[in-house]
Amino acid sequence: MSSLYERIGGEAAVDAAVDVFYRKVLMDDRVNGFFDDVDMDKQIAKQKGFLTMAFGGPNNYTGKDMREGHKHLVARGLNDSHVDAIVELLGETLKELGVADADIQEVANIANGARDDVLNR
Amino acid sequence: MAQLKFRDKTYEVGDGATVLDVLLEHGQEVPNSCRAGVCQSCLMQVVEGEVPEQAQKGLKDSYRAKGLFLACSCQPQADLAVSLPDAAQLRVSAEVTGIRPLSEDVMELVLQTDAPFEYQAGQFVTLWRDERLGRSYSIASLPDDDNGLMFHIRKVARGEFSSWVHEDMKPGDRLSVQGPAGDCFYIPGQPDQDILLIGTGTGLAPLLGIVHDALRHGHRGRLQLIHGAQHPSGLYGHETLTALARDHDNLIYHPCVLNAEDEMDAGIRQDTVEGLVKALVPKPAGWKAYLCGDPDLVNKLRKQLFLAGCNMKDINADAFIPSTPADRIG
Ligand SMILES: Cc1cc2nc3c(=O)[nH]c(=O)nc-3n(C[C@H](O)[C@H](O)[C@H](O)COP(=O)(O)OP(=O)(O)OC[C@H]3O[C@@H](n4cnc5c(N)ncnc54)[C@H](O)[C@@H]3O)c2cc1C
Ligand code: FES
Repeated sequence: MSSLYERIGGEAAVDAAVDVFYRKVLMDDRVNGFFDDVDMDKQIAKQKGFLTMAFGGPNNYTGKDMREGHKHLVARGLNDSHVDAIVELLGETLKELGVADADIQEVANIANGARDDVLNR
Repeated sequence: MAQLKFRDKTYEVGDGATVLDVLLEHGQEVPNSCRAGVCQSCLMQVVEGEVPEQAQKGLKDSYRAKGLFLACSCQPQADLAVSLPDAAQLRVSAEVTGIRPLSEDVMELVLQTDAPFEYQAGQFVTLWRDERLGRSYSIASLPDDDNGLMFHIRKVARGEFSSWVHEDMKPGDRLSVQGPAGDCFYIPGQPDQDILLIGTGTGLAPLLGIVHDALRHGHRGRLQLIHGAQHPSGLYGHETLTALARDHDNLIYHPCVLNAEDEMDAGIRQDTVEGLVKALVPKPAGWKAYLCGDPDLVNKLRKQLFLAGCNMKDINADAFIPSTPADRIG
């Protein structure tokens, strides 16, 4: 049986998704405050890393990286509602790209699995 | 904590500090300008150890292979020994063969390099006055133009390099050229793609090269070129571009200024560049874009075009990031 990452389309799918996803994030007033005023190249690279992880692809994120990487955002008020919004935007992105509902659910589960690390709990 | 070795001295690298931070803090002279990983004036070489990937971003393969890296973008994770690279292996010397004003505050500089110099129209180089002072400038000429390398250099108040160019430079003066670098250039293969070229001030320099290159490759899609300036006198390419656009149906030149004047040419619009872009290309999906000049505007436009539907990979930007004042460390 093929893996989630393969079913979604691997690296090509990450490339296709990153523009759509990042655009949604920047346009969403619930979360775009956390993404403002940063280097867009770095952001795109980070989003690619995040999408690869959420798609079940090869990545070397550790829980510790997640904690370190989001500490400053938690200090600025990052909470569950923002993670919810990101998972929602991720779902919309995948729907637009024609990914099956069951696979979208699986991606959401992976993303939600990182919640406690992201929120430093 | 990682240790940094340079010229027989060893320094502790504080949390998040770059190689450049550490060396400047200890009074070592390391040339630098943008401190943002763009201009490549802070190139250093690994003697022992490894640098993080980020430190070699944007460097050409031959530089990477030599262990060259950008000191301003290198936060060592482990012990590292570094040196300043041998300038002779990175730079080619050149002679000033032409210098003339294009407007009140822009000088055209033409250089003839001692050895052949390969580049793509629209890339930039770092020009060195001496070992200490290097600044990046975009190339306005075309590679097969026998007249040499051409630059447009704006006068910056109390600017070290630009004052030299504007006040003292004369034909016969010598300097050295490092590079080229940057990915703002025309890529053949999609002759029907529409292209948006936006520059403010001397941001026009690379765009001129790119436009000529595209036309020479027989580009058929639209070439919408916006040049923005404070005042009409800053539109130093006005005559050339008006004439060029007359000869090429797909080249459309849009001069625009923030401050209009009574006497100005009827073709010049008073608008912000952002506003003009929105009006001209409300839906840039599928377009390619080149953005050059003022860093704030470049970043703003990048975001604006991206949000309006332009693919990130289709947006090429050269932000003319100024130098960080020497007394600011870290
Ligand atoms: C990739 C790249 C391409 C470039 N291409 C060109 C080009 O084609 N033509 C061109 O004219 N310039 C270009 N620049 C800018 C150029 O490299 C120098 O920064 C500029 O010429 C000023 O150098 P200077 O030595 O005269 O002034 P400096 O001695 O470096 O500056 C003097 C002081 O003025 C400040 N300062 C300088 N410029 C600005 C600014 N724009 N806004 C606010 N503060 C400023 C500095 O921070 C410093 O405090 C480019 C920069 C980059 C990174
Ligand atoms: S790239 Fe390091 S100072 Fe500009």
